[in-house]
Amino acid sequence: MLSIKNLHASVEDKQILKGLDLEIKPGEVHAIMGPNGAGKSTMGYVLSGREGYSVEEGSVTLDGTDLLELEAEERARAGLFLAFQYPVEIPGVSNLEFLKAAVDAQREARGEEAVSSKDFLKMAREACKQVHLPAEFLKRGVNEGFSGGEKKRNEIMQMLLLQPKLCILDESDSGLDIDALQVVAEGVNSQRSPDRSFVVVTHYQRLLDYIKPDYVHVLSEGKIVKSGDASLAQELEDQGYAWLKEQRAADAEQSA
Amino acid sequence: MTEQIDKALQREYEAGFVSDIESDTFEPGLNEDIIRRISSMKQEPEWMLEWRLKAFRNWLEMEEPDWAHVDYPKIDFQAISYYSAPKSMKDKPKSLDEVDPELLKTYEKLGIPLHEQMMLAGVAVDAVFDSVSVVTTFREKLEEAGVIFMPISEAVHKHPELVQKYLGSVVPQKDNYYAALNCAVFTDGSFVYIPKGTKCPMELSTYFRINEQNTGQFERTLIIADEGSYVSYLEGCTAPQRDENQLHAAVVELVAMDDAEIKYSTVQNWYPGDEEGRGGIYNFVTKRGLCHTNAKISWTQVETGSAVTWKYPSCVLKGDNSVGEFYSVALTRGCQQADTGTKMIHLGKNTRSTIISKGISAGRSNNSYRGLVRMNSSAKGARNFTQCDSLLIGDQCGAHTFPYVESRNPSAIVEHEATTSKVSDDQMFLCQQRGLDPEKAVSMIVNGFCKEVFKELPMEFAVEAGKLLEISLEGSVG
Repeated sequence: MLSIKNLHASVEDKQILKGLDLEIKPGEVHAIMGPNGAGKSTMGYVLSGREGYSVEEGSVTLDGTDLLELEAEERARAGLFLAFQYPVEIPGVSNLEFLKAAVDAQREARGEEAVSSKDFLKMAREACKQVHLPAEFLKRGVNEGFSGGEKKRNEIMQMLLLQPKLCILDESDSGLDIDALQVVAEGVNSQRSPDRSFVVVTHYQRLLDYIKPDYVHVLSEGKIVKSGDASLAQELEDQGYAWLKEQRAADAEQSA
Repeated sequence: MTEQIDKALQREYEAGFVSDIESDTFEPGLNEDIIRRISSMKQEPEWMLEWRLKAFRNWLEMEEPDWAHVDYPKIDFQAISYYSAPKSMKDKPKSLDEVDPELLKTYEKLGIPLHEQMMLAGVAVDAVFDSVSVVTTFREKLEEAGVIFMPISEAVHKHPELVQKYLGSVVPQKDNYYAALNCAVFTDGSFVYIPKGTKCPMELSTYFRINEQNTGQFERTLIIADEGSYVSYLEGCTAPQRDENQLHAAVVELVAMDDAEIKYSTVQNWYPGDEEGRGGIYNFVTKRGLCHTNAKISWTQVETGSAVTWKYPSCVLKGDNSVGEFYSVALTRGCQQADTGTKMIHLGKNTRSTIISKGISAGRSNNSYRGLVRMNSSAKGARNFTQCDSLLIGDQCGAHTFPYVESRNPSAIVEHEATTSKVSDDQMFLCQQRGLDPEKAVSMIVNGFCKEVFKELPMEFAVEAGKLLEISLEGSVG
């Protein structure tokens, strides 16, 4: 589904990604862990086409389509979804209005028929219920005055409605209490299917107790330095990233 | 990002077409003879002519104000034609069937069909083309309710007692330079009278269109809501796209008697000029309402057009417990300049006023809010709340706020809040990441910013205003 090869990217002339490789097959859940400043958020922005991030080298394809050629909105319409770490407010624009516009734009791009307002409202209410947000949130301005946890649940609600192919969750667990964490995880788990993949970016093992990843990768200094199964996350939790560094240093010595 | 938004802001001015209509147009120039000719074209009674001449003599003594935060070359008042009317209107068509089809087509093209069966139910329209009113719809239906809705030129003949009593009673002839000029040369506009205790059965609206070249439009509107009555009035304006600047100097007077309510909404979309600032309308407008006891006047305006806007719809809260409201959205782009706001003059006890102003600046435009809240010594217990929000798009535009507060009564309360924000990269990216193109994203963010004002507009107008903003922000991206 998603194929990242030797990706080099920078922001404001600072090199952040330095040869990132990642292959994700349909239905898989990949967790990306790593220390602060490793390039985790940058990876999400580069993949989703945020302005100000430039790619110097490498390729990214989604189901064979060259993502790097597309504008941000075209990537979204191609099925890429990014759940933001810090969702921004859009005062005065209701959540419902925003979501309807987004769903309409995506359906139109795919040549599908528009959903009627009535049906959409039903779908949106159902999505709210799934993430334990009262339906009034649909009437409120996008993220306007939402608490941290409400913002994160709102992101998942958007994911439920947009039905993307590939979801990148950028620290969707940060700032959440255990109940909210479970809600977010349930939302994600309900969407797991053989033709949908997830990239879960997180600092902590905690979220992965609820969203069981197929693979865990450690991103450090702009590339994947170690990959493994879910047990790698536990190892990291127990021993910290320093352990990994030492191990790598030892490996390097051995091979030299 | 800025570049992307700028692109999204470029657009065509959809109302910029010229109608091919033969007109009787005065040669440019302004003197007493011209005023006599305007008056005689309208077959006005002597008192009306005298009133005009008096205003003209006052005007000659006055000076053009220069305090506004706008910059434009000196206007040559002798280079303007002060009267222009379609030839076909000379014989005063009795019904719509006799009106020149080309005129009707013009309004249809603007989205305002004048055939009653085609119109939005519940909205009566007075269509003013250059210096004359073309047609006023639903008149009979309104007459049944006792409501008078007709061109002011006709009211001068049919209801001279009302016109004489109220014309100039809220905006005195010498009020300001442009108002004085308007008194001297006004050509047409709407006249409304709502009788005691009557709720006007439909929305009233006037649609102003400038068509002829080098003409000014000087309309005059007078609305009188008698005791305990209610009316909602809408006003729209467009003009063709021309390289020369054209002058529009209107006066609107509202009188709300005891317990009456007037809701006055404007969607102003005069031609704004091109990207380089060539052409466009100079819009110098005086609008004021007088509230008697327990009366309420509410101004709502959506200003997207004109090269220069100078406009301060105001309320004189004379009666105790009267209420004044001002809700405004002003969008400037390209080289547009707007200096707009309101005056709330509190005279009566427990008078209340609310001011919500939303300024949006893009391109190289300048957008200023200028507002006066005056609490006279008699205004015991009066209250005002003012909120001025500015939204900047790009980094070459300007937003300015000039609030003036004068309080002469210690029991009066004045509150003022102001914010300035930008359409942020984060907001744009969120929208794009969800699949919206940048154009739609900007227009959605701007519409959200204006929501508090749009909700004050009558339903059909709110939709139109939203669309207008969308068109204003529409461009070539995508």
